[in-house]
Amino acid sequence: MKKLQQLWLAAGIMLVSSVAFASPSKYVVDTQGMHASINFKIQHLGYSWLTGRFNNFSGDFSYDPEKLANSKISVKIDTDSINTNHAERDKHLRSADFLNAKKFPEATFVSDSISGSDKAMQVKGKFTLNGVTKEIVIDAHKIGEGKDPWGGYRSGFSGTTKIKLADYGITYDLGPASTEVFLDLNIEGIKK
Amino acid sequence: MNLTNSARGYGWITIVMHWLVAVAVLGLFALGIWMVDLSYYSDWYHDAPFIHKSVGVLLVGLMLFRWVWTLVNPKPAPASVSSRAVAFLISAMHAVLYLLVFLLGVSGYLISTAEGHGISVFDWFTVPALIEPFEDQADLAGEIHELLAFVLIGLVVLHALAALKHHFINRDNTLKRMLKPSGK
Repeated sequence: MKKLQQLWLAAGIMLVSSVAFASPSKYVVDTQGMHASINFKIQHLGYSWLTGRFNNFSGDFSYDPEKLANSKISVKIDTDSINTNHAERDKHLRSADFLNAKKFPEATFVSDSISGSDKAMQVKGKFTLNGVTKEIVIDAHKIGEGKDPWGGYRSGFSGTTKIKLADYGITYDLGPASTEVFLDLNIEGIKK
Repeated sequence: MNLTNSARGYGWITIVMHWLVAVAVLGLFALGIWMVDLSYYSDWYHDAPFIHKSVGVLLVGLMLFRWVWTLVNPKPAPASVSSRAVAFLISAMHAVLYLLVFLLGVSGYLISTAEGHGISVFDWFTVPALIEPFEDQADLAGEIHELLAFVLIGLVVLHALAALKHHFINRDNTLKRMLKPSGK
């Protein structure tokens, strides 16, 4: 009888631990060590690319290498941390003509579903910018994962998407070549 | 040629600087109000701020010289002043006008240098970004710059009304002596 109880207990522990093992790992985006970036580019007059980035953001994600659909991510961006290496332009970008950073200090992305494979994943979710929320898809892929030299565990991803400025109520006329912004995302997470 | 001030009136250098500053301050105000709403495809989108900043830097330089000039020159007595309190108000007003021009210069400088880049003055020379940028610098400096500009223009209107009052009501030479040196 005692033996049987032990058997059940062992089976129970195995079941629980196997479920625990299969559940996605939780990560925090490494913005402390800044192994992550939110970059963007937009055409200038149709003649060249203007690039910039958001200096301040935070996020976390969970990633399940066995079942990608169990993964999810959410990111918050401080809109007033926009940086295109030009003080007057950045001031203009923070103003009501563009990001309206006083009224909407935060842009967010929260995933709804993640599909595909490590090599080509589609991260669907809600992106909120300038107070407007729209569904977007980020095309992403895994770069790698594993132990770091300091006792932690990391995984990293890269993704791109594009948004139409007008979709988010940003209608300042930059010319016909400059209605879309391309986002270039690099995310490294440290396992919690 | 009366270049320097005397006890009775202003010299040409004071007079010319006064009107140069008057034109520059009014011009910068109008240009500033106009340029911030220019569309991206306006011919003036880049030139207007460039001129505004260049003239602004030169104006601060001129004001520094003008301030030194007031210190080393005699100050003509006010033409007609009703009381000591009024005399104090008048000199306080003049001091605030000077101060506001300097503060507008400083706040404008802080907008443009917020990311460590200098300000080109008509491509003749560049004023370097000297201070370590602080949090929210461009936005904060921008709001202060706008506010101070309106305060300055308000005081300039008062200043001009006071001159006209002296000219037409008190019928003294307060305005005239800022137009040409009065005889020594």
